[in-house]
Amino acid sequence: MLRFLLVKLAQLVPTFIGVTIVAFAFIRLLPGDPILLMAGERGISAERYAQLQSQFGFDRPLIVQYWDFLSGLFRGDLGNSLVTHSPVIHEFMSRFPATMELSIFALAFAVIIGLPAGVIAAIRRGKTLDHTIVGISLTGYSMPIFWWGLLLIMLFSGTLGWTPVSGRMSFIYFIQPVTGFMTIDSLIAGDWGAFLSALHHLILPAIVLGTIPLAVIARQTRSSMLEVLGEDYVRTARAKGLSSYRVIMVHTLRNALISVITVIGLQVGLLLAGAILTETIFSWPGIGKWMIDAISRRDYPSVQGGLVLIAFIVMIVNLLVDVAYGVVNPRIRH
Amino acid sequence: MSQVISSKGSSAAAPGTFRYQLKSFWSDFSASRGALFGLIFIAFVLLVALLAPWVAPHDPAMQDRAALLVPPVWHAEGSWNYILGTDAVGRDILSRLIFGARYSLSISAMVVVISMCGGIFLGLLAGYFRGWVETVITRVMDVVLAFPSLLLALGLVAILSPGLTSAMIAIAMVQLPYFVRLTRAAVIGEKNREYVTASRLAGAGHMRLMFNTLLPNCMAPLIVQATLSFSTAILDIAALGFLGMGVQPPTPEWGAMLANAREFMTSAYWAVTFPGLVILLTVLMINLMGDGLRDALDPKMKRS
Amino acid sequence: MKKTLLAAGVAAMMMSATPVMAKTLVYCSEGSPEGFDPSLYTTGTTFDASSKTIYNRLVQFKPGTTELEPAIAKSWEVSDDGLEITFHLRDDVDFQTTDYFTPSRPLNADDVIWTFERQMDKDNPYYKLANGSFEYFQSMSMGELIKSIEKVDDHTVKFVLSEPNAPFVANLGMDFASIHSKEYEEQLVDEGKPEMANQQPIGTGPFQFLNYQEDAAIRYQANPDYFRGKQPIDNLVFAITPDAQVRYQKLQAGECQVMPFPNPADVDSMKQNDDIQVLQEAGLNVAYLAYNTTQKPFDKPEVRKALNMAINKQAIIDAVFQGAGQTAKNPIPPTMWSYNDDIQDDQYDPDKAKQMLADAGVKNLEMNIWAMPVQRPYMPNARRTAELMQSDLAKVGVTANIVTYEWGEYLKRAANKDHDGAVILGWTGDNGDPDNFMGTLLSCAGVGTSNNVAEFCYQPFEDLIQKARTLDDQDERAKLYRQAQEVFKEQAPWDTLAHSTVFMPMTKNVTGYTIDPLGGHSFEGVDIEE
Repeated sequence: MLRFLLVKLAQLVPTFIGVTIVAFAFIRLLPGDPILLMAGERGISAERYAQLQSQFGFDRPLIVQYWDFLSGLFRGDLGNSLVTHSPVIHEFMSRFPATMELSIFALAFAVIIGLPAGVIAAIRRGKTLDHTIVGISLTGYSMPIFWWGLLLIMLFSGTLGWTPVSGRMSFIYFIQPVTGFMTIDSLIAGDWGAFLSALHHLILPAIVLGTIPLAVIARQTRSSMLEVLGEDYVRTARAKGLSSYRVIMVHTLRNALISVITVIGLQVGLLLAGAILTETIFSWPGIGKWMIDAISRRDYPSVQGGLVLIAFIVMIVNLLVDVAYGVVNPRIRH
Repeated sequence: MSQVISSKGSSAAAPGTFRYQLKSFWSDFSASRGALFGLIFIAFVLLVALLAPWVAPHDPAMQDRAALLVPPVWHAEGSWNYILGTDAVGRDILSRLIFGARYSLSISAMVVVISMCGGIFLGLLAGYFRGWVETVITRVMDVVLAFPSLLLALGLVAILSPGLTSAMIAIAMVQLPYFVRLTRAAVIGEKNREYVTASRLAGAGHMRLMFNTLLPNCMAPLIVQATLSFSTAILDIAALGFLGMGVQPPTPEWGAMLANAREFMTSAYWAVTFPGLVILLTVLMINLMGDGLRDALDPKMKRS
Repeated sequence: MKKTLLAAGVAAMMMSATPVMAKTLVYCSEGSPEGFDPSLYTTGTTFDASSKTIYNRLVQFKPGTTELEPAIAKSWEVSDDGLEITFHLRDDVDFQTTDYFTPSRPLNADDVIWTFERQMDKDNPYYKLANGSFEYFQSMSMGELIKSIEKVDDHTVKFVLSEPNAPFVANLGMDFASIHSKEYEEQLVDEGKPEMANQQPIGTGPFQFLNYQEDAAIRYQANPDYFRGKQPIDNLVFAITPDAQVRYQKLQAGECQVMPFPNPADVDSMKQNDDIQVLQEAGLNVAYLAYNTTQKPFDKPEVRKALNMAINKQAIIDAVFQGAGQTAKNPIPPTMWSYNDDIQDDQYDPDKAKQMLADAGVKNLEMNIWAMPVQRPYMPNARRTAELMQSDLAKVGVTANIVTYEWGEYLKRAANKDHDGAVILGWTGDNGDPDNFMGTLLSCAGVGTSNNVAEFCYQPFEDLIQKARTLDDQDERAKLYRQAQEVFKEQAPWDTLAHSTVFMPMTKNVTGYTIDPLGGHSFEGVDIEE
């Protein structure tokens, strides 16, 4: 197990180096530069431009800039945002919990609905219920989520007025951030009203972000259940009577869970991509929206720092999934 | 797809021949009503796209300055002239959707072709040669996968300057790793089978082994992945359009239409709803078809 | 730093918890501020959140106008040679008392001098901290213009200029000149955390800062010691909501009371909503299509005029502005003094345009139309505008290709003297002066920069605007500017497209809001009726 873990970790090193190169090159390859963007229609004099260039260090050779970035990274220093002048790490950390909270709720929604739906569909294979579940989950899977989000806002927040339009909590409440998770912080503060408000604000974005994972989980659960249910021993057990059938069901579900874990692992990257759109629609103050803003402002330090941190998180989650998978299914660790 | 359809009429074929395989594939595929329906729908969309100049009621670029944001025909102010209404500059939405099918389908098809060819090539190399070739290829793919695909595509489009071609390349790039991984895994699985060894002993070179012997036997999962990435491509292009980085107007691409009409969400719902609906339906139908394909190609999922 | 943040939060909790009947106004703002020190930034979003709420300036623009009125300075005199300007300060102005700062003295001349020193004195700790990046101060060449600032007594300050400058006093009403507390900022320097001034601001304004949650909300509280009296509302919240659609939904749901920048397409439905009122005013801006006048065949005024006549501007107003604008005939907006209303616009007439092009010997013209990729206050959708132009020009036999680049790149390329074709661009006024439009955008000095993308340098026009700049008498100046507009129309370096209308939707119970023609959003004097 330890060896497996070490090999996996060692593999991460070159990937991480690659990630830093891509992140560094990514923003610099984009046309346009931050100084001109800041100046806007007003324009900027050539002298002032040169002065700012040297102040930000853009006039030095790229390799030197990259080395600064990399060495800063190992010191835990990602530099300061060109726009706000505050440390990138601070900017990132103040937004990351919002994305985490949203993603966790979205995943929870997907698992809580998707898993039973998949199980039921598998048991009722070929019946109307199965077709309905398969149909709905395929529709969810095919959904352009930005469009979906706008429709839901129109319906539930606009026409029906059931859910808040955007934001993380009603402005009646102010909760001192401790973890950055509004739901947890409001409980720490012991404020029930704030807690409910935070949940209320999470409903729509979590549904929108959770739609595709839900569909994937439901489909995956259904097919892995079917795979096992089709095996001879299960059929025998089924024929024998209910009690062993129940045992088989538990066994089957366990197998299904393994594949669900994998799916969740694969979904983390996709979830972050979906978060970009969801956060844009719901004005959710998370890193997805922050990255889009930073890219559009060509805020070099924020973009390269943010990309590295996001990629790092995706890599770690994938590693954890690999490890978890290795634990439940020892066959794959060789 | 047309190949498959034409084989339907063929007389009884002997087991083991290509014809027989096709026939059995078709009987499996058509057993799923959903898949068949999806196929028919997509064939219909393809037909409409091909015949766009003849079936579209208007020129998609024609601006009727007297008919800005006219609602669909079932509204009191609607007219049969513009069945699904018009957009902000007075262009017929139905005609734009019909012409848009050309762009959305062809871009997505190109994405699949590019990423599949590239992915198969790299995956074959990695799976066949193993060693450092494999390490380099898989690590590079890991790097690509470490970033949220949309962010990467967004950046690539910006680097290549927004437009049809760059959206295509960007999305193909982020789809590439899935094909590489799949091909590699399939090749590793097949490589030590007897028929491969036999072929090698018969003196087949690397190229022949890779492309003639191994590849055909790895195609099943790749075809399934291809339909999957086809539908993902449509969605991704629309998402890029939504973020203002996709195909640029006045091209009547569906995602761009949607993004362009977003400001009318409350005042002229039709300008937003129909492109979204068309995207959803097309993607859904492709996925239905993909499901049928998988069931037909993947023996494990076959009905016993 | 952590500790003070915590303390701020605890205090905020207590404050927001105690007054049950507190009046809270929620403003759905369009974006996150870059920081809270207005001298460092240039965007309206940042100014709304800092200078308009927390700070005051020596002078200010009278709400709803571009006229100057006293603020921290109760009066001022300009010497005869125009080189010395003396400000007399009010003696009843206090800096805000918050849990992170308690002032020991009222505002005095030292604070005024400090405010400018920190932006121009290389030894000032704040100058060093920002590396001299005070963009507005720099771009207006204030450092060269101000020779010295003298403290005459505690409540009198004298600015000595290196040359006479008519708009100087008006410039001190701009956001970058917001008065900072010397006491507070020196205290921060002593504590080794000068950067906190940008995160926990102290000013003299109507609202004081409580806290900021990044990308989510900014909270303010009415300043109880404000020199014009405490505000009618107790709390002000900026709920950061970048999407116009979502802002409208929030306004409808009662989650906020005021929102800026509605979608033009939604304005009609807003006006029909019984709970919403929509204030509106002509914006101080202009959108234009600038031909590169150094390039063939655009070097001929008759060609430019012909193209102007081929483009249907009303169609642009209808389809792009959704009626939220008016067609433009002059380079300055109609609300600005010296606007020449006698000028006849070139009427939309494709047949005549075709004839004029033929007369000028222009055949099969193929040209570029540049459309910027971003939405600007003066232009909701440049791409759509370009599409309309493309179709109009096709009717007179001109093939137009739409080109676009990323915004920064767009400006950079348009600044190049040899750029190809006609560029869609525009301008929003900084102050009410016509020179801010005609002098900036059409003078010879602007050739080769992103200000004058028509590369327009025409001596008769140049002479008029240069002369107008040096004069003091407004009537004299207005006469020259009116003439300049005539010359402009003859030469037609631009197709003047539109002046956009500014809309401010708010719930019906909001009173006392005035639209700022300069584009800012201020909540001084705003109340909510029960």
